Amino acid sequence: MAQSRGTLHHKQGPQNREDRVEVLQLLISGLANGCVYGLIALGFVLIYKATEAVNFAQGDFMMLGAFVTLGLVNPEYAGIPFWLALPLVFVIMGVLGYLLDIVVLRAVFGQSQVAVIIVTIALGFVIRFAVGEIWGHEPQSLRSPLALGDVRIGELVLGLADIAVIIVTVIMTFLLWQFFQRTKMGLAMQAASQNQMAAYYMGIPVKRIQGMVWALAGIVAAVAGILYASKGALDPTAGFIGIKAFAAAVIGGFGSLPGALLGGLIVGVIEPFASRYLPPGWSQIAPYALLIAVLLFRPHGLFAQVRAKKV
Amino acid sequence: MRFHFKTDYDQDIRLFEDGWTFSLYAALLVLALALPLMIDPFFLGEATNVLIWAIAGLGLMLLTGQTGQVSLGHSAFMALGCYSCVLMMEANVPFVLAFLLAGVITGVVGALIAIPALKLHGVYLAIATLALAILADDIIVLLKEWTDGVNGKMSPPIDLFGYEISRWNNPIEWYYLTLAVVLMVTLFYRNLLRAPLGRAFAAVRDSEISAQAMGVNVAQTKTIAFGISCAITGLGGALMGLFAGAFNNETFNFLLSIQLLMMIVVGGLGFIHGAFLGAVVIAFLPQVLSMTTDLFGRGVAIPGLESGVFGVILILFILFEPMGLYGRWLKIRVFLELFPFARKDMFKRQKSYLKTERLR
Repeated sequence: MAQSRGTLHHKQGPQNREDRVEVLQLLISGLANGCVYGLIALGFVLIYKATEAVNFAQGDFMMLGAFVTLGLVNPEYAGIPFWLALPLVFVIMGVLGYLLDIVVLRAVFGQSQVAVIIVTIALGFVIRFAVGEIWGHEPQSLRSPLALGDVRIGELVLGLADIAVIIVTVIMTFLLWQFFQRTKMGLAMQAASQNQMAAYYMGIPVKRIQGMVWALAGIVAAVAGILYASKGALDPTAGFIGIKAFAAAVIGGFGSLPGALLGGLIVGVIEPFASRYLPPGWSQIAPYALLIAVLLFRPHGLFAQVRAKKV
Repeated sequence: MRFHFKTDYDQDIRLFEDGWTFSLYAALLVLALALPLMIDPFFLGEATNVLIWAIAGLGLMLLTGQTGQVSLGHSAFMALGCYSCVLMMEANVPFVLAFLLAGVITGVVGALIAIPALKLHGVYLAIATLALAILADDIIVLLKEWTDGVNGKMSPPIDLFGYEISRWNNPIEWYYLTLAVVLMVTLFYRNLLRAPLGRAFAAVRDSEISAQAMGVNVAQTKTIAFGISCAITGLGGALMGLFAGAFNNETFNFLLSIQLLMMIVVGGLGFIHGAFLGAVVIAFLPQVLSMTTDLFGRGVAIPGLESGVFGVILILFILFEPMGLYGRWLKIRVFLELFPFARKDMFKRQKSYLKTERLR
């Protein structure tokens, strides 16, 4: 993509008008990518906040959500109108998340995080295999109303899908953040994560709360998947971008919803700039190098929630 | 049921519990030594493959099963072991020296990486090591001058004291070479477990705070565990690369370390036997699957089938047998030994409740 345009170009200085447009272009496409990372990271953070576990399959959840939408909307499959299919997708993914919690994750309730890590990695493999069997391994594209084409403002070419992605993500993050801050359910979720036994004593149905969170994570994954599929082709390996979303969640501090979004944006913006200005080969490394750097120097992210325990 | 009347403290830490156990393992060794006489070269190659997986698995087992730290980055250390061994062999270092040095190098690098990484725990450590595994793939490509990047390297034939061993010409010698390494690693592992360091590992795994209270230097213990674990895995990686004949950055991608982790969970976390049982499962699963798909008339390989089935197996194990295959065997053995007095809830897991790690 961008790296084919000669790597020494930027040395002419940013005063150059063409350069400024290019930077803006990279910035917006980076922000839109970052929003998808941020939404997947939101899924991580949701589950982490409510169950103190990390769902390594969140990327595959997203991919599954996108494929379920594709299966309902695209004319070669069910061919339901998009806006009618949307609530159906949310219901399907929500129920799926809830069922996964009941069937699989409740068995490791109260166990160490290691068990959950292994189970969710395995789940990711299973989801990828199932999707490949149902919808095939060829890249497909979703008939999404968000894929509206491009708009030209002067020399700037903006994908409308990119802008839509950014707007939807900001709204989602705000809603979820308010949900955790304001509603009783959100507080119950936080309590359930911090100390399961104490939460039981306070009358919180911890297991049911965890099921709700998995359902919610399924819905968030569906939103992320639809946005991802609106931006380009989709195939069963799309779930691997979940690894970049890890970087986002870690940078954000794993316990903070706005942090996850910000982390996603940082990772998303770094990527196009790295591939534009760094020699090829180094650019893929950038997000992971950033992840490791953050873990080393600020192990609990930029929005740390870790406090020393008071005795 | 055999009863042990203990008359000596040394009895607690003997390598073999009693003469019967010793004779069982001796019989196993004889069987392993006689294996080339009994099966044809194809299956001998598979057996070698199992042993190589077991070595790499033992490395991760030491870290995850014994010390309780999850690493998703051991593919990076397998790659490091493999590339350093082959590069030294190409520089005309004798094989034995190159092989052992590869282990040492991997161990030292692992310990150095562990120093900052082990400030993290649980999820964060898993993510950091996962990032490391992905980075390793890219770094191999970037270091083209040494590693030949995506083109990969051919593994040179092994020159063992002037006696050349290549996989295709002398599979039997290859098998014995691997078996020797397995024996070395297993004995080292077993001895480590009964030494103070091994006890410290277990203490750190079971509770960091109580380990600290008993005078275990937690950070140092974890670093050493990471180092030794990486060294063993590096040896496994070196053998894997040499056995494969050719390897590149893809050979050691991050899915390998996930496979390694799944393998030791299926085998049984925390048991030496677990690494071997898991290795058998992971080495023979592709064969079994291709035979099954042939049976159903779907001759073409189904992409992702292997990892999909492995995922299902793993979930079933975590749900129904968290102690893995070896744990199941232990239960069966206790049932037989106590028959008919074994009770159903003898192995019931204690109820536990998770507390946050954020507010410690």
